[in-house]
Amino acid sequence: MSSGKRLVKISLAGVEKWFRSGRGQEQIVLSQLDLEICAGEFVCLVGPSGCGKTTLINLLAGFERPSAGILEIDGRPITAPDPDHIMIFQDYGLYPWKTVLSNVLFGLQARRIPAAEARERALAALELVGLTSSIQRRPFELSGGMKQRVAIARALAVEPSVLFMDEPFAALDAFTRLHLQDELLRIWSEKRPTVVFVTHDLDEAIYLGERVVLMAPNPGRIQRVIDIDLAYPRERTSDDFVVLRRKLFEEFHLVHQQAVNATEYSI
Amino acid sequence: MRENLTKIALPAGTLLAFAVLWQFAARRYPPEQFPAPSDVVRAIAELAANGTLWNNIGISLARFTGAYTLAVIVAIPLGLFLGRFVRCHQAVDPLVQVLRPISPIAWFPLAVLWFGIGNAPAVFIIFLAAFYPVLLATISAVRAIPPVYLKVATNFGAKPVMTFLRVIVPAAFPGIMVGLHIAVGTAWIHLVAGEMLGAQSGLGFMIVDARNFLRTDWIMAGMLVVGILGLAIYRGMRAIEHVIGRRWGVSQ
Repeated sequence: MSSGKRLVKISLAGVEKWFRSGRGQEQIVLSQLDLEICAGEFVCLVGPSGCGKTTLINLLAGFERPSAGILEIDGRPITAPDPDHIMIFQDYGLYPWKTVLSNVLFGLQARRIPAAEARERALAALELVGLTSSIQRRPFELSGGMKQRVAIARALAVEPSVLFMDEPFAALDAFTRLHLQDELLRIWSEKRPTVVFVTHDLDEAIYLGERVVLMAPNPGRIQRVIDIDLAYPRERTSDDFVVLRRKLFEEFHLVHQQAVNATEYSI
Repeated sequence: MRENLTKIALPAGTLLAFAVLWQFAARRYPPEQFPAPSDVVRAIAELAANGTLWNNIGISLARFTGAYTLAVIVAIPLGLFLGRFVRCHQAVDPLVQVLRPISPIAWFPLAVLWFGIGNAPAVFIIFLAAFYPVLLATISAVRAIPPVYLKVATNFGAKPVMTFLRVIVPAAFPGIMVGLHIAVGTAWIHLVAGEMLGAQSGLGFMIVDARNFLRTDWIMAGMLVVGILGLAIYRGMRAIEHVIGRRWGVSQ
């Protein structure tokens, strides 16, 4: 399970992102990020709000460009969104005028996959997320958890090598969230895509990730990378889990304290 | 059941009360000045019997449909384009904002000068009345599309044509529908104005013509028919909107 033996999939070297504010001041959102993510790895990005984790995943998915540094997937610089690296959003991004099946077909049609094959792949993806009986329903008829399953099926149908997930379960109720976490792990172990998962929920990060990247704000940076050496399926109440949880919480508390102090000073 | 009964009984009661009040009020005036509802109903029957009414309704509906369709055909593509390309919208917006508050009726002298008396000025005025609501609704509908829809399309590698036809157009559709709805109302109102001023036929002309003969009962008959047809068109539009809303998943 050690990540050293695996192929590097995503690499960041000296990545920075800054914006120019209205008054011409430069605001650094991300500062000097160095990170390597291996093929098939499950990495969670956690941190308090303002740490730039969403900006980072947008850079990785190609929706935004870095201001400096090198950002590569498979050794090629990221210049634009790529159908091989699919992003899953917190608000699902489903098209409300399409049925569940049509939504899943969308990505395949964009790739000009013949209709019969596209349908087969879409149905297989929907089966994988357990939505076979809902394929003719429309998004407004579905619960939040089901909507996110559709979004996941839509992504899986095009067989991406990387899944970027931007707080995908944050809007769901606690029970659905736990359930979908297990579903995601099952799918991940079956298909083995590289997963970069943004969350502000430490428990979620420890439960899912092989590694947890803890980020800190002002400016957004990587505070610490923690290996979660627990075998799957993980037991949320096991001693090891609790120890890791405490460790991460202490670290997180520290980061949070810094953030609070920093905002006080800046006022 | 009770609910449905009151739903019909309440408006029916109001209409009846209105008609009765009107009937009593009209008694105090000579019929040439203020005809009673009974006179108006008789006038409608008379106009229907000699064919004038049906003829003019047909002409008005044809004009309305033609001008409205033309406005929609021009305004929706233009609105989609301007909604999509922010720079173009910035360039054109001041012009639209200056032209829009000018009542379509103010164009009447020019319309007659350019197109002569007949169909064209009326069609032109209805066109203008329908054009701006559809254009502005389409622009704002396109601009209100959630960015995530476009992000998903880009992420999956959809080509611009596919993104436009399969994402932007359907995503903007409910908003465009609102514009179509408003435009039906304004266009119908201006139909009568346009026909009163520049045409030799249609319901608007029928009303003006009745004035020339001092047939007040025909005037009111024309007004009543315009109102009833307007209501029917509006109701039809709402039914279509409802069906589309369900299909688009915006209403349940």
